[in-house]
Amino acid sequence: MSVDGPSYFLASLRRRMPAPIRLRELIRTIRTARTQAEEREMIQKECAAIRSSFREEDNTYRCRNVAKLLYMHMLGYPAHFGQLECLKLIASQKFTDKRIGYLGAMLLLDERQDVHLLMTNCIKNDLNHSTQYVQGLALCTLGCMGSSEMCRDLAGEVEKLLKTSNSYLRKKAALCAVHVIRKVPELMEMFLPATKNLLSEKNHGVLHTSVVLLTEMCERSPDMLAHFRKLVPQLVRILKNLIMSGYSPEHDVSGISDPFLQVRILRLLRILGKSDDDSSEAMNDILAQVATNTETSKNVGNAILYETVLTIMDIKSESGLRVLAINILGRFLLNNDKNIRYVALTSLLKTVQTDHNAVQRHRSTIVDCLKDLDVSIKRRAMELSFALVNGNNVRGMMKELLYFLDSCDPEFKADCASGVFLAAEKYAPSKRWHIDTVMRVLTTAGSYVRDDSVPNLIQLITNSVEMHAYTVQRLYKALLDDISQQPLVQVASWCIGEYGDLLLSGQCEEEEPIQVTEDEVLDVLEGLLASNLSTPVTRGYSLTAIMKLSTRFSSVNRIKKVVSVYGSSIDVELQQRAVEYNALFKKYDHMRPALLERMPIMEKTATNGPSEIVQTNGEAEPSAVEAKHPPPVAQPANQANDLLDLLGGNDVVPVIQTSMPTKPASAGGELLDLLGDLSLSGPAPAPSVPSSQPPFLLDGLSSQPLFNDIAPAGIPPMIAYNKNGLKIDFTFERANPNPNVAVITIHATNSTESEMTEFVFQAAVPKTFQLQLLSPSSNVVPALNQGSVTQVIRVLNPQKQQLRMRIKLTYTHKGSPVQDLSEVNNFPPQSWQ
Amino acid sequence: MQFMLLFSRQGKLRLQKWYVPLSDKEKKKITRELVQTVLARKPKMCSFLEWRDLKVVYKRYASLYFCCAVENQDNELITLEIIHRYVELLDKYFGSVCELDIIFNFEKAYFILDEFLLGGEAQETSKKNVLKAIEQADLLQENVDFQTRLFAV
Repeated sequence: MSVDGPSYFLASLRRRMPAPIRLRELIRTIRTARTQAEEREMIQKECAAIRSSFREEDNTYRCRNVAKLLYMHMLGYPAHFGQLECLKLIASQKFTDKRIGYLGAMLLLDERQDVHLLMTNCIKNDLNHSTQYVQGLALCTLGCMGSSEMCRDLAGEVEKLLKTSNSYLRKKAALCAVHVIRKVPELMEMFLPATKNLLSEKNHGVLHTSVVLLTEMCERSPDMLAHFRKLVPQLVRILKNLIMSGYSPEHDVSGISDPFLQVRILRLLRILGKSDDDSSEAMNDILAQVATNTETSKNVGNAILYETVLTIMDIKSESGLRVLAINILGRFLLNNDKNIRYVALTSLLKTVQTDHNAVQRHRSTIVDCLKDLDVSIKRRAMELSFALVNGNNVRGMMKELLYFLDSCDPEFKADCASGVFLAAEKYAPSKRWHIDTVMRVLTTAGSYVRDDSVPNLIQLITNSVEMHAYTVQRLYKALLDDISQQPLVQVASWCIGEYGDLLLSGQCEEEEPIQVTEDEVLDVLEGLLASNLSTPVTRGYSLTAIMKLSTRFSSVNRIKKVVSVYGSSIDVELQQRAVEYNALFKKYDHMRPALLERMPIMEKTATNGPSEIVQTNGEAEPSAVEAKHPPPVAQPANQANDLLDLLGGNDVVPVIQTSMPTKPASAGGELLDLLGDLSLSGPAPAPSVPSSQPPFLLDGLSSQPLFNDIAPAGIPPMIAYNKNGLKIDFTFERANPNPNVAVITIHATNSTESEMTEFVFQAAVPKTFQLQLLSPSSNVVPALNQGSVTQVIRVLNPQKQQLRMRIKLTYTHKGSPVQDLSEVNNFPPQSWQ
Repeated sequence: MQFMLLFSRQGKLRLQKWYVPLSDKEKKKITRELVQTVLARKPKMCSFLEWRDLKVVYKRYASLYFCCAVENQDNELITLEIIHRYVELLDKYFGSVCELDIIFNFEKAYFILDEFLLGGEAQETSKKNVLKAIEQADLLQENVDFQTRLFAV
């Protein structure tokens, strides 16, 4: 459009609207707005004006309007109606238009919208424009926000420009190529020829961008990496020139020549030298030179040193160089500049595994960083400190770390606590120290400790047999002080339940034994039950602990009372436990001592840190079970103990509880044989329990099959055992909804003249099965088939293997005890298929 | 570099350059969160923070925060130098730059940035060359528009 002379005036006369206000004018106006509402009003007014102007297809002011739109967009207002206008500007021949148009495209358009593809043709034309600044605009836009489609279409043009001798364009083309490769990695190959002599350029801009391009290619393709290894000497030479050359005003930053290029070269060298001996060898000297000669008084020098250190650590450098690198990091740690310290800690964390000893030398400085004010530095220092703990320094380090735990921000406490536990577990110099450390964590950061620490700690305590008295005493005292920290309270309750007798007897050797009465202890535990601070899980622990004390204390009546009170608790979990414990008192009192016996030593699983799901019977425990139970249930397979389940208290109504093929053996004798060649895991050295039938959950007194909605699958019943007048029939049902579960009801009948009393039925299954025995209807089998004892067995058979079972029967007949073992192999196929 | 943000002490955005494709909504969310996080930092804290899976490098110059999000393998210390170089360029161009310059001439600030960085990486390490290119481009703009000066932006 011609804009001189008469036509201009004519045009202006023809103009219906006044000229849109200038950009700066608008900015000034908007800034005078005193409220958000006022601003919004102004913006809306201007937007309306701009919209009309766009509608009129006014070429003259389009540029100005779009610029204003971009300003308003930055303030947060919608500007999408300007997108097409940007495209029109790009297509214009005026440089101003293009400049604003491309800027608008970069700000308003994005590759999710199809509109952006309309740009492709314009960009293509502009890439071939006669003016290099226009070409530059196009390259910049493409390299900044080009979509994969655009990149595919225009890669050829970019490649062409990569070979031009015009360094202004060449450098831009290189970075544009990087973007193309990121978007469309398959196109990488086509840029290979153009890279041939990129490094021979003198122009630093081209050198820098070329190194970036080479880096990108090497990172993406091992072939490229191998191909470009030959450039190492050239890169080393360029770097050397930069360091050795005198002052170059154009590229100087605080006395260092082109630090940006140096850093990029170092990074490329790192990639090329990694896992390659020859390349690493070739760069050893220059790295040493940079490391020793670089001025460290300013950030820029340290930036180069930092990159050098990273490179030294990553390539196959000789040990002298590595030590040099670590020492540089050590010096960084003492630098006043926080940023440098931060960077040092981060790097040390990366190298602590490989160069442990070298990093150890800086341990005290690192520990000092724990006291830094900056959160990021503190965190790094903490992680690094934990990495540095070993058998020699554990006492000292722990002291520092525990002090840190006391005073650090809440966001650190969980991680720090876990770290302390881990380190203590690995390097504890003595059991006493270990327990003390654990106690310290529980008392200072008890509410931040992870849930899974509780089972781990309980296991630790159980296994530290000689420390039981000391531990329970300390925990008891801690409870007197503070009952708000749940993990502490849970561990303490458990311990008191287990070792309450030791507490009373004042057997503690490690410190002054406290004098405490049964009532006082029960007061504390009942207090936990009643307290608002206790979570439901904690209450469960407390109730169970109180129950356990019924075999250790003499105040059984008091305990009975508590248990019966909670039988009507609103909390279903508590209620269930209380009801079961009640039942224990009433109906199974003879079993109570055995059931509530002291826990055996638990074998450690290969856990590190948070305990994983533990294998039991070759199957994983359902995690729902783990979450709520004290450790026993989450413990090694070998334990498989009825006791565990009972003591843990179960809420696993719908979940199949792991049962015990390895029944607690009396003196390890018979049951071992029972299970011997059913290929079960070896039973544990568990304390003896004569009977192994826990009064299980649900209403453990019922002999009804659990699920009444079982569709009888029509599986024929079978005779499992028939000897000496005792006959045991098995009837089958399939449990809905789980088809892997077979529900077997045993019917024991007695055809002799005298009844069989104290009848106990036990069963064991091979490893791939899980068994659950519910409680029997009674333990007297009436004589002359006048009645039967029924009991329900649930077998989980996920692998659909052939069901086999060993059973053991004990009863008293005519005054003498009878015991028999038998195998049941004749299960009908439908029961396990 | 994934993006660069410039914002005032009151949290007002003065410049935003994105080198990764994100929706407007996401950009706004990120901006809001990051601005909040950075403004909450105390003066004695270091210039780096971990944010989502990125490293954020920020520095305050007078009333403006310059904030860059870089990837894990990027060198934070040299990023500080990049920020500083950009400020120097602005300073040379505007002559003792202040926040108002950037507010009223935001498009120029973008032009300068686009002459210094491309796709998140430095394209020119010589201050002189960047400024020369901008100068030439400005001249080009003036020449072509010489006769339409009235229509200048």
